[in-house]
Amino acid sequence: MNQAAPAPRENQGDPVVRIDARLKVTGQAGYPADIVTANVAHGALATSSIARGKVSELHTKDARAVPGVLDIVTYGDLDKTDMPKFGNTGASSIGPLHDKTVFHDGQIIALVVAESFEAAEEAAMLIRADYEDERPSASFDSKGVKMEPAAGKSPMFKEDAKAGDFDAAWADATVKIDEKYSTPTQHHNPIELFSTTAMWQGDQLTIHEPSQNVTGWKVELARQLKLDQANVRIVSPYIGGAFGSKGPMTARTAIVAVAARRIGRPVRCVVNRMQAFGTQTYRAETRHRIRMGAGKDGRITAFGHEAWEVTSRPDPYVVGGTSATARMYNYGSVLTHVSLVHADRNTPGYMRSPPETPYVYALENAMDEMAVALGMDPVEFRRINEPEKEPIGGKPFSSRSLIKCYDQASEAFGWSKRDPTVGSMRDGDWLVGMGCATAIYPTAAAPCAARVRLTADGEVRVQCGSHEIGTGVRTIAGQMAAERLGVGMDKISVEMGDSALPPAPVSGGSISTASVCSAVMKACDAIREKLFAAAAGKGAPLAGSANAKLDLKDEEVVTETGKSAKLADVFKAMQVGAIEEYAEFAPKGSSPEALSKLYAGQSEFHGGENDEDSVKYAFGAEFVEVRINSYTREIRVPRIVGAFAAGRIMNTRTARSQLMGGMIWGIGQALHEATEIDQRHARYVNRDLQDYLVPVNADIKQVDVILVPEIDHQVNPAGVKGLGELGNVGTAAAVASAVYHATGKRIRDLPIRIDDLIG
Amino acid sequence: MRPFVYERPTSVSAAIAIASRPDTVHVPSTGAGTQFIAGGTNLADYMKLGVARPERLLDLNTLAEPALRQIRIDNDKIRFGALVRMGEAADNNDVRRRCPVLADSLKFAASGQLRNMASLGGNVLQRTRCEYFREISWPCNKREPGSGCAAMEGSNRQHAVLGTSDACIATYHGDFAQALVALDATVDVEGSRGRRTLTFSKLHRRPGETPDIETDLAADELITAIEVPLAQWSSRSRYLKIRDRESYAFALASAAVALDMDGETVRSARIALGGLATVPWRAREAEDTLQGKVLDEATAQEAAEAAFADARPREHNAFKIPLGKRTLVRALLETRDMKG
Repeated sequence: MNQAAPAPRENQGDPVVRIDARLKVTGQAGYPADIVTANVAHGALATSSIARGKVSELHTKDARAVPGVLDIVTYGDLDKTDMPKFGNTGASSIGPLHDKTVFHDGQIIALVVAESFEAAEEAAMLIRADYEDERPSASFDSKGVKMEPAAGKSPMFKEDAKAGDFDAAWADATVKIDEKYSTPTQHHNPIELFSTTAMWQGDQLTIHEPSQNVTGWKVELARQLKLDQANVRIVSPYIGGAFGSKGPMTARTAIVAVAARRIGRPVRCVVNRMQAFGTQTYRAETRHRIRMGAGKDGRITAFGHEAWEVTSRPDPYVVGGTSATARMYNYGSVLTHVSLVHADRNTPGYMRSPPETPYVYALENAMDEMAVALGMDPVEFRRINEPEKEPIGGKPFSSRSLIKCYDQASEAFGWSKRDPTVGSMRDGDWLVGMGCATAIYPTAAAPCAARVRLTADGEVRVQCGSHEIGTGVRTIAGQMAAERLGVGMDKISVEMGDSALPPAPVSGGSISTASVCSAVMKACDAIREKLFAAAAGKGAPLAGSANAKLDLKDEEVVTETGKSAKLADVFKAMQVGAIEEYAEFAPKGSSPEALSKLYAGQSEFHGGENDEDSVKYAFGAEFVEVRINSYTREIRVPRIVGAFAAGRIMNTRTARSQLMGGMIWGIGQALHEATEIDQRHARYVNRDLQDYLVPVNADIKQVDVILVPEIDHQVNPAGVKGLGELGNVGTAAAVASAVYHATGKRIRDLPIRIDDLIG
Repeated sequence: MRPFVYERPTSVSAAIAIASRPDTVHVPSTGAGTQFIAGGTNLADYMKLGVARPERLLDLNTLAEPALRQIRIDNDKIRFGALVRMGEAADNNDVRRRCPVLADSLKFAASGQLRNMASLGGNVLQRTRCEYFREISWPCNKREPGSGCAAMEGSNRQHAVLGTSDACIATYHGDFAQALVALDATVDVEGSRGRRTLTFSKLHRRPGETPDIETDLAADELITAIEVPLAQWSSRSRYLKIRDRESYAFALASAAVALDMDGETVRSARIALGGLATVPWRAREAEDTLQGKVLDEATAQEAAEAAFADARPREHNAFKIPLGKRTLVRALLETRDMKG
């Protein structure tokens, strides 16, 4: 069970080794900032030290005097470009060098370009700004924040989910929970730092930058720089940690491109870790109030989920996780409301499972509290409230294996050995606690294009402008082609991460496997059609065989009756050297212009709760054991078990790896991760890996992943549900549940630390 | 990082001669224009951040004196050359056997990579990791005397509750120094005015009104060795470090404890507290309460109360007082239960 390559169960693919594994572990994989280019100059950012006000004067004299400084790009130098836009592709509408207004701490005020990285950093440090500063609003409790309803502010969050008569059901409920929960600010800290390298050749611009959306960025950057889209190329073959941080393009990309054009040389800007906190997107803090009413029989009759999210002054970034929490259980009645709170902060953005991680944390904590209030086992409580149809629209689930996940995980974990009495389990000086929670993530797909070429010698090349963000999608796309075209993985090459390739959607929302595999499958099937027609044609090697009865295996076209023809012979009969097919996939329910939008860099998502026929989600159950020292109260996690069902699993190795990584991150969210904000100045304080804690190896002991078999033909042609984000949903609630079981203390505000337990 | 002169002296006297040249700027303490560098795990970091801006770096790794790299263990003392790496001292079996608190305080610090680089002399002189000190756009009395303290009313969960002043509440984060201050270690120092030996407790200065002056060393003085006396209490000694994660994190609270026991009765106790104070912190009041007493939960608790009688919390670090007390109680009981 706890092995890198789990044996495939029903509807699960082989644990094929990543096709780029060797390249990655030997340092051969070229990440965007590794690109070797002659004559490159180095950029360093200067950023604001206030969060609200105006730059009245910028002093650059000392910086220009630093030996090796070539140029300083600042106010006025972007005037001939268009402002960034906030949306699917753009991180924020704030154009930091278009306008001297300061919207947040750490906003770009200049880019220094120099002969060396050191000179650029030194000069950037010497840039000083005079500000007309105003008192900033840091977060929820600050004076001067502006609150508004979230519904309708984002195309992804149209309305607050509701069903039935919540007020009446709440009034009538015999057992009630009414509690508040919160999650902290969290910042992306991928080990690969954020960077942009810009190179011009005449009017043609190439950007090397880690990106989860090369096509979208190409279109957006061309717009900002007023270039023909055909003259912009974004290259991002490998990415060292994305998780949403490299999804939207930030203002820096255009600024570096402008710098490179001004000095007539390539410019590389690698953003230091501290400055990434203010110049990249992040997960903003959230607050929740959950009201849950139930009968003595344990059936939930009322579920109310109100939530508040922080965003920047100008941009309405919404995560709106009530869409998922409102559909989780058989509630009877539902009332939800999400509010946005605009503060003097940079615009937040996607971070792994953006809506579900904070919202399901609140819901699952409340579920655990309700189980305690009812005197029920928390697993049984969830079993009782398992819905037949989702409670908001009354639609069926395309598939839902939550209870199977609970059963398999609880057995592997040994849940039956748990003494439910709080504080009853102990090992010497250590209190032992066990808890569990549900994971959920919507299953979606988006339009995607791919090109596949098969040559007579069985070599296959797959091209798709998707992105290998560490998930294994490059391998999995190759597996799909190998399977459909009957060749071994050694014959497969896969090109991704380049806007010159057929367009793919943003690699976010766990849609890549479904979208990319569906497109690759379609292209492969077109190749199969051609081959089969040729192979079965008059005078051909398998003349007379019906197309439908043919298959490809071991570089041969084979018939049901055991006849076969070598690929090379079929190609000879066709008198061609290669067959290449370009395919476009659009998920069911796509708009007529969905494919055109793909080329315009817009990803139209389908699935989740938005389809007509059914709602589509992947589920999981996680069980956690914690140990807490009875004197000093530090919390450790010796083991965690998660069982997940996500339709067809393409590759059990990469699937397990993603889910395991998600659970580990979940432990970090529960116990470690939090950005500290100086509330007086609305500034981030712990802007480095010394004080922004994530788990280290010593914190992670036994992690078991169970891949529960599930077949779902409704979700997409590949039958695949995404699982990249599923693993870290629910983990923090399972930890909170275990901490309660060990200590009797219910910690509702993350992260859970000694501070909360020592008093 | 701004340009600096880099020199590689080959002897202690040569290093001191350069450091004491009249052309070098003698700003007090670690703001000095000339800085010694060994492992560089702290200084190089602060140079990149613009916190340390030396004109000249003297690399001590080229010093020829063999004693600087040696650990010498006699019957009554351990002597560490200042250039011995943390990792080497932590992994030394004799150090561990004779005085576990020394080995543990080193082993629980930083990461394997950092311990392989960092020298013992540099380690005891490491500067605070206060976030407001590290980031040059904040006011900080330690970095820029008189500019104010942003941590006082800011985000101060990590900050000190012992030995603070109205000018500074930055924590001294080192671990090894807690063992040294508890064990009455001494440091050998060499400078342009000759050699001297300092008791370890005199090396660091509490912030008071001049938090920029962190140590008793002159700008041209170099630590050459650290000596730890061995006695009845050395083998019954322990370092307990409590932190937010299992490894690679600074202490929220730590305790270095060494006990000389007569059966269940304490003949004498040596106690230092880390992660809680502005300097390596000897808890003598706590030691005094234990003398001649049977060590149990109740007397350990009394000692802990005494240790924190003068603690001053800020907005986010009040938890460090109960945590510090429990850390000390646990460390005392665990040390008592060791084989003497």
